[in-house]
Amino acid sequence: MITETALPEVRERKRVRLDEGVVRNLGLVGVLAILMIIGAVTRPELYGDATWVKNNIFTILQQASAIGVVTVGMTFVLIGGGVDLSVGAIIALAGVWSTTLATQSYGPLGMVFTALVVGVVVGLINGVLISYGKLVPFIATLAMLVAARGLAAQISGKQTQISADATINGIATTKILGIPLLVLILAAVVVAGWVLLNRTTFGRRTVAVGGNPEAARLAGINVKRHTVLLYALSGLCCGIGAIMLTSQATSAQAAMANLYELDAIAAAIIGGTLLSGGRGTIVGALFGVLVFSTITNLFAINNLSTEAQNMVKGGIIVAAVLIQQFRYRSITQLFKR
Amino acid sequence: MSELASETEVVLRLTDVVKTFPGVRALDGVQLEVRAGEVHCLLGQNGAGKSTLIKVLAGVHQADAGEITWCGEPFAPASPQAAMRSGIATIYQELDLVDDLSVAENAFLGHEPSRFGITRRRAAANRTASILARLGHPEIPARRLVRQLPAAGKQIVSMARALSHDAKLIVMDEPSAVLAHDEVENLFRIIRELTANGIAVIYISHRLAELREIGDRITVLKDGRTTAANLPARTTPTRELVSRMTGRTIEYVFPPRAEKPAAEPILVVDGLSREGEFTDASLTVAPGEIVGIAGLVGSGRSELLETIFGARKADTGTVTLDGRRITGVGAAVASGMGMAPEERKSQALLLDEPVYKNMTLASFSGFARAGFTDLRNERAAATRTADTLELRPRDVDRPIRTLSGGNQQKVVVGRWLLGDVRLLLLDEPTRGVDVGARAELYQVIHDLAAGGVGVLLVSSEVPEVLGLADRVLVMREGRVVHQAPAGELDEDTVLDLVMAGSLLEGNPA
Repeated sequence: MITETALPEVRERKRVRLDEGVVRNLGLVGVLAILMIIGAVTRPELYGDATWVKNNIFTILQQASAIGVVTVGMTFVLIGGGVDLSVGAIIALAGVWSTTLATQSYGPLGMVFTALVVGVVVGLINGVLISYGKLVPFIATLAMLVAARGLAAQISGKQTQISADATINGIATTKILGIPLLVLILAAVVVAGWVLLNRTTFGRRTVAVGGNPEAARLAGINVKRHTVLLYALSGLCCGIGAIMLTSQATSAQAAMANLYELDAIAAAIIGGTLLSGGRGTIVGALFGVLVFSTITNLFAINNLSTEAQNMVKGGIIVAAVLIQQFRYRSITQLFKR
Repeated sequence: MSELASETEVVLRLTDVVKTFPGVRALDGVQLEVRAGEVHCLLGQNGAGKSTLIKVLAGVHQADAGEITWCGEPFAPASPQAAMRSGIATIYQELDLVDDLSVAENAFLGHEPSRFGITRRRAAANRTASILARLGHPEIPARRLVRQLPAAGKQIVSMARALSHDAKLIVMDEPSAVLAHDEVENLFRIIRELTANGIAVIYISHRLAELREIGDRITVLKDGRTTAANLPARTTPTRELVSRMTGRTIEYVFPPRAEKPAAEPILVVDGLSREGEFTDASLTVAPGEIVGIAGLVGSGRSELLETIFGARKADTGTVTLDGRRITGVGAAVASGMGMAPEERKSQALLLDEPVYKNMTLASFSGFARAGFTDLRNERAAATRTADTLELRPRDVDRPIRTLSGGNQQKVVVGRWLLGDVRLLLLDEPTRGVDVGARAELYQVIHDLAAGGVGVLLVSSEVPEVLGLADRVLVMREGRVVHQAPAGELDEDTVLDLVMAGSLLEGNPA
C-alpha cells in the first residue's frame, strides 16, 4: 500500500525538474499529433499521398503565418500585464494605408515601410494612452479597435484595394529551398521573439513589469516607458502581418483580419500565457496558433462547416486553460510540501 | 461578584490556540476569556498576533490546534458567514465596506432581507435606520452611498452591519485609529450601550489611555502567546502592561557595534511633506551609519521612506544623496539607493521567477551586453550573494515563492548588494521572519554599515530599532516627535512616544 501511494509522487517530483513550459509545450505537440491522426483516419486516401501531406503542412503553416506573427506581439503585451484588442484593426489600417494608389506609387519598399510605420505609431498611441493617460488597456485598445477600423474604412472608401505590386504579391507565392517565404517570415519572427523574451533585458523587463509592476518600479525599471514599447512592438508585428495578408489576398480592405485579436489572445493563452501577466512563452504561443490552424485545416479537408469548427475551438480554449490551472496548482502544491 | 457567577458569564473561551503560516507561528498558544457585557481589550505590539487572532474568530482563518468554545459549545467557523451567523461580528481596521453601495445595502450585505429572491429595499432601509438611531446616528441616511460618508460615518455603518446580524460579540480592530477626538467619545458611548445590553466587545487599540477609559479587562499578547490574561483595565500599572508587551520570550541578538566617527551625511532629507501622510520631515544619514525610525503603522513612516526613495512625489521639501537631488526611483537607484519595501510579496518579489532573477532585478541591465542578458554571470553573482547571506536553500534556481519569509527578505536585501548600493532603505525588514533568520539579517545589516553603506531602517518593533540603530527617530501621526542616539533611549520611553497619551501624557513631545 505504501509503495503504491508513494510511487506516483516520486514520478511527479521528477517531472517538476523538467521546465514547466517544456511540459506544456509537449502537451501541445501531443494535441497537434492527435489532430494529424484524426485527419489521417478521416481522410486516409489523402494522407496516403506523401506529397499531399507535405503540401498540406505548408498550407497549415501559411495559414498560421500572419496570425502567428501577430500572436508573438500579443504574447509580449500579455506577459507585460496588458492586452491589445486592436491588433486586427491595426492590420486593417496598415493594410489599407499601404495599398492606397499613392503609397503603391512608391513601390514595394514604400508599401512595407508604410505598413510598419502605421503599425508602430498606432501601437505607440495605445501605449501612451495606457501608460501616461492611465487608461485600462482593455478600454484604450477597444477604442483603438473601433477608431482604426473606422479610419481604414475612411481611407479605402469601403472599397477593396487591389495590390498591383508584383513584389508584394509575390511574397505569398515565393518559396526558398522549397519552403514558402511566409513560413520563413513566421519562423524568423518567432525566433526573434524568443530571443527578445528570453535573452535580452527587454524580455526581462517585460516579465518583471507584468509579474509585479510595483516591484519592477521599486527596482528602478521605467515601467511606463516599457509598457509603451510593448504596445509599439505589438503594432510592429501587426504591420508585418498586414503585408503578409495583403500579399496572400493581393488586396487589402477595412474588414481584413477580422477578430484577429481574439484568435491571437486565445492562441497565446492555450500556449500558457497568463492573462494576468508575468508568465508566458513564445513557443507555446506558436503551438497555440498551429493547433487552431490545424483544426481549421482538419475541418476543411473533411468539408465540415465553420460553425462546428468554432464550437470545437471554444471547447479547446476552455479545456487548455482548465488543464493548465490544474497542473499549475499541483506543481505549486508539490513545492510547498 | 463571586467566582462562580463570573464563570457562568463567559461567552468566549480560547485555550492554547495555535495558528501557523508557512515559516511563521502567528499564534502559539493563545488564551482568552471574554464575558458577556464586558469590553475586553487586546494589547500587543505589531506582529504579536492580534490580527491573526481576530481572523480566527471571524472565520477567515481556521485554528490549527487548541480549543475555542463559544456560548458553551465548541466553535470552529469555516467561513466569515458562519462566524457571523453564530453571532460574532468583526469590524476591521480597514473597513470592508463597498463604497458604491448604499448604507443599508452595506449593513445587510450578504443577508439582504428578501422575498422570492427580490430584495426588499424598503425593509432593509427601515431596519438600517432603526439600527442607526440606536447607534446615536439617526442623521445618516440609509440610502446614501457609503462613498459619500466621512471615515467616522463609515465606521458607524460597519457597526450597523454588526448589529444587523444580532451579534453577541463584536470585535473592533483599532476602531479609534481613523476617528477624531469627539468621534471617539461617541464610539465609547455606543460601546457602553452595547455592553449594557449584554453584548461583549473585544477592543483593540494601541492607545493605552483608551483602554483605561473603556476597557474592563486586558489580555496581553506577545509573539503569538498570551503573556497576561484578564488584567483589570483601570488599575493595572502602565509599567506592567508595557513590560508584558515587551517582556521577550525570544531574546533579540544584536551583533556588537563599533563606534562610528561622525562623517559628512550621504543622505540629506530637508522639510519633506506629503499631504495627509507626513509633515516637515528632516533627517540625515552618514555613510556607515544606521538610523532607525520607530513608529506605528499609519504614523507615516513607510510613506516617508517611499518618498525618500522617489517612489512617491513630495509636496514640499528635498531629498539629496551625495548632493544629487532625488526626483524619482530611477534617479535614486542610479545614484546608489536601494529599498526593501514593507510588503515583500506585493512590492518586491516576482513570485514565480527563480531566486536569481529576483536577486538581479535591479542589476540585470548591468550584467547585460548590448541588451543581451548574461544569465550565467547573473547566476554566478546571485550564487555568491546567496553564499554571503547564507540563503537557505542555497539553490538559486528555485521559484522564490517556495522560500521562507526570512530567506525571501535576504533576496530582497541581496538585490541591492549586487549593485553599487550606498544607502539602503529598509521598511520592516524582519516582518514575518523567524527568529533565526532575524539574527542573520541583523548581522547582514551590520556588515553593510561596517562596509560604509548608510542604512535607514523603519520598524514597529522598538527593540529592533534600538538594538540596530545608532540614532533613533520617533514618528507619530506624520511627525518626527523625538530624535536621540539609540544609547540614550530605552524601550519603554520609545513605546510611550510612539503611542499617543500614555506614560508621558500631557508632556509636549
